[in-house]
Amino acid sequence: MNPVEADVIVVGAGPAGLAAVRRLLQANQRVIWVDQGARPGGQIWRSAVPQQWEIATHPHLLWLPGHAVIAAEGQQRLLLHSLINPSQASLWISAPRLLLALGARERFLPFPGWTLPGVHGAGGLQALVKNGWPIRSQRTVLAGSGPLLLAAADTVRAAGADLRLIAEQASATTLTRFAARLPQGKIAQAAALRWRLRGAPYRAATWVVRALGEYKLEAVELNDGSHVSCEALGIGFGLLPNTALAELLGCRISAGAIAVDGALQTSLKDVYAAGECTGIGGVDKALIEGELAALQMLGQDDARLRRAHVRAQAFAGRLAASFAPRPALLQLADAKTTICRCENVTLAELKTQADWRSAKLQTRCGMGACQGRICGPITQELLGWPAQQGVREPLQPVPLGCFLPPRDPA
Amino acid sequence: MGHCLRTADVLIVGAGIIGAACAREFARQGLSVAVIDPGPIGAGASAAAMGHLLVVDDAEFALSQRSLQLWQQWLDENPAHAALAEHQRCGTLWIASDDEELALARQKREFYAARGVAAELIDAAELARLEPLLRPGLAGALRVAGDARVYPPKVAARWLKEAKVEVMRGEVLAPEGQGLRLADGRRLWGALTVLCAGLASQRWLPPGWLLPKKGQLAITQRQPLTVNHQLVELGYLKKAHLAEKDSVSFNVQPRPGGQLLIGSSRQPGRADSALDQALLGQMLESACAYLPALAHMSLLRCWTGIRPASRDGLPLIGAHPSLPRVWLASGHEGLGITTSLATAELLADLSLGRTPLLDAAPFTPSRLK
Amino acid sequence: MKMLINGQPCQVPEGCSVAAALAHAGQPSATFCGMGQCQQCQVTIDGVNHRLACMTPAVDGMVIEVAHEPC
Repeated sequence: MNPVEADVIVVGAGPAGLAAVRRLLQANQRVIWVDQGARPGGQIWRSAVPQQWEIATHPHLLWLPGHAVIAAEGQQRLLLHSLINPSQASLWISAPRLLLALGARERFLPFPGWTLPGVHGAGGLQALVKNGWPIRSQRTVLAGSGPLLLAAADTVRAAGADLRLIAEQASATTLTRFAARLPQGKIAQAAALRWRLRGAPYRAATWVVRALGEYKLEAVELNDGSHVSCEALGIGFGLLPNTALAELLGCRISAGAIAVDGALQTSLKDVYAAGECTGIGGVDKALIEGELAALQMLGQDDARLRRAHVRAQAFAGRLAASFAPRPALLQLADAKTTICRCENVTLAELKTQADWRSAKLQTRCGMGACQGRICGPITQELLGWPAQQGVREPLQPVPLGCFLPPRDPA
Repeated sequence: MGHCLRTADVLIVGAGIIGAACAREFARQGLSVAVIDPGPIGAGASAAAMGHLLVVDDAEFALSQRSLQLWQQWLDENPAHAALAEHQRCGTLWIASDDEELALARQKREFYAARGVAAELIDAAELARLEPLLRPGLAGALRVAGDARVYPPKVAARWLKEAKVEVMRGEVLAPEGQGLRLADGRRLWGALTVLCAGLASQRWLPPGWLLPKKGQLAITQRQPLTVNHQLVELGYLKKAHLAEKDSVSFNVQPRPGGQLLIGSSRQPGRADSALDQALLGQMLESACAYLPALAHMSLLRCWTGIRPASRDGLPLIGAHPSLPRVWLASGHEGLGITTSLATAELLADLSLGRTPLLDAAPFTPSRLK
Repeated sequence: MKMLINGQPCQVPEGCSVAAALAHAGQPSATFCGMGQCQQCQVTIDGVNHRLACMTPAVDGMVIEVAHEPC
């Protein structure tokens, strides 16, 4: 089992991973760069990487797109599986230093009807549409919280959706305050976005209380009692750091993110983390942290970048505070609302259990295909269960053959 | 601090399958029961277990046979029990890969036949018909149709409910006078204490009486191909009793809904929860050697569990060697789910001064002195 | 691009994901998170089960089966 070796492994090709790889290659490090997507960009840039960030092929770069990390041995060896070519043998890679740029996933808060076909995450709908999902002329509602709503609305509008409503749960006052404190560079961006979305009603202090429809989405009901007919609903309440690989390696997790020190080092020496996975803060924080982590690995530093980091973290704080979901959103799910989508476990069933582990064993919540990625955070918010989901190999379902010992001793 | 919180006739340390069975049994005898566990019901070895219910052909034959009778009685008590336990009478197929193993299968059949357990020899052609997913070229199998599978954590919760017991969350530190002291200072009083805390029971025993035997399992996603029996290689029991070496053996169970559960491995002396990749690979390789289609199935999760084994391989069921009013029901290795009910029955008989149905001698804890 | 979806030949646009291709063909998989987390969009692609439609680029000639009852 001879792994492919390098100086550094970077997991994730979003902004943080990109910034890190660029800096590492400049310093002539041999890098293995892994991402599940077919092209760099992660969720934010999704294959449309701004030109100055494009990384040409480089002799010291082994770029492995379409690969998922599924297991680890110690802190320096990772097992990869090809999603594009699943019959390919799984691959071990190894390096003395590891950078986790795992990004984020969307945070969901369930409500009656949220499992109807036609209901997607807001970021989810954006991702689907960017990958060709047909939304032209579909009456579409974007709802939830945060700047991601507007970005998603922009994408679906550009793809020809009939955008009926953007419903932001935060109050108008909160939004005004947030906008007033936007850094210079972002104000122009925000204004341009608002201009492009001028045709769509945007309502603050508004949220979806239920999705209606018999076999698929037909309309949503809002908190003011009104109904909006639609075929597509994108709903999301910000992002959650992805931490599964970090947990598997044994990194300390704090407040739902990978805990890092000032040098972006995790609790494990030689394992670094950067970007959304250390705390939700957007593209700027990710770019800065990716570069800072790379510099730290090279034994270097950059005071200007550190100052920018402090500013980016402050922005992240304001983002979290401004768009924190109001308590009413935690009350939308009723007894019959599905919480664990994989195993169809309702809120009523979960309320009979004392904690996550009991719920898992007695109701199958979290035992399904997503292994608690979606429902785990929901149970934390709705039921107050502490996070302890227990990550195991494989990090996502893969053909069993991935774990068979190689036929010939390599 | 230090004041007594609860009093019950029987204090049961451990809310796994054994503790739950004991709670139910003592409650059926009209006694009041308190159960203490630091974690959720059935969350230890009982959650990691395969849930295979089988009659074995070794020193635990009588215990397993009696226990399966009691399982059936419980199932017959209420039509809802089978669904709740996810009970399936899938039977066991002990697979013989060559003539040597087929000879073992014949011996096994004779053992069962002499004791009234239905077991039939299956030839290669019939085996292929019964289990089309098995690779060609196997010699045959022994079919024990009365064996079954269940899902232990829900059974444990149900038995505790039948006993009308609220499990107390807590960690037992030590026996204290007529009762127990918990880590948080609470004290419990009872006439009897039953120690069935899996490997943790070792804290109250002379060194080396209980040993861990770590096991690893894997499960697939739901998918359309299935096996119809629990499939076990004939070498399984021999490997189960190997003292020193790490071993894997072929053991696959169909789950309702279409998942396949894959075991098994044994690492004597290991009590950590980390997955051993190399051993996992060997276990899966062995499984794929019998069921080639497994390699293409979607693997969902792997986990580990710690079987509590006694020094001589037989469970400890009976009086604690030195602590008065303390009784042991521990060290079941890989047979805890099967033998839970007969263990509880035996233990209740012994502790309440009744003549037990089974010969208790092989399980007497003081035999290890 | 031509694909075979549940036994029927379909024309789908170039450059899209399997999830999008299925939606264009009127036989959508059960999508939700759009980014490979929820596992709801599992489909069989070229004989391999449990592949994520939202994460897999559609390729000319692919053979896809979508279960109508989600797993």
